[in-house]
Amino acid sequence: MNPLSVVVRTVCDLFAWFMIVFGVNVLLHGYVTPGGGFQGGAIIATFIAFLLVAYGGRRVASRVNDRLFDLFEEVGLLVFFILAFLGLPVTFFFNFLAKPLAESAGGFIPGVGTVALMSVAVGLEVTGALSLIILTMHRGIRMFRGEDLEPETGHDR
Amino acid sequence: MMNSAVQLLVLAVMAVAGFFALWFKDLISSVISLAVFSLMMALEFYLLQAPDVAIAEAAIGAGLSTTIFIITIRACRRPKSREGGKEW
Repeated sequence: MNPLSVVVRTVCDLFAWFMIVFGVNVLLHGYVTPGGGFQGGAIIATFIAFLLVAYGGRRVASRVNDRLFDLFEEVGLLVFFILAFLGLPVTFFFNFLAKPLAESAGGFIPGVGTVALMSVAVGLEVTGALSLIILTMHRGIRMFRGEDLEPETGHDR
Repeated sequence: MMNSAVQLLVLAVMAVAGFFALWFKDLISSVISLAVFSLMMALEFYLLQAPDVAIAEAAIGAGLSTTIFIITIRACRRPKSREGGKEW
């Protein structure tokens, strides 16, 4: 899979980072605006797919480390379960950080407590999992071809 | 009245994009048409006041699945006969 043309690569250089910023925005404001963990994580994971399409598989696979996304998954799951277990003196998933609306910042920002933190945890999990799925699919399309990888010289249209 | 006019426009674009997704012989063009379909579907979800579903549809449908399709199509070659594939 060759890299795409210089137009696509320049657009990728310019706009790929804004996708991460927008994804983190959707992720962090997920408790009060539409969006949340899954949507923000999916937007962030589109970054890897975008790089893979624009720059070709070899350059991305040599730079990207799978352990990072494994770490995202593990940290996300652990934070989610630990936050769920921390409310255990009352119930599982008890929102022990929540405040009434009047006490929290004058009612301007809702004191949602663990909901926002769990949203961030789900976002980390989804980011790692979807990025790993895309990278593994890209690796798997070579699986049934006996010959070596094509050299990836030049670029497609 | 205005809202239903916009919805009719969006649904018409969806129908046209779905038709072209089947009609194109070039697979990349077909996938891009499917992405337009998905984007219009996200707009329709937003018009029907489900912005959460709209964000998920825009991220998954128009973003992730399109790039997965493009990766798959660009990875495929016509199989050569020495690799055991049949010419078609």
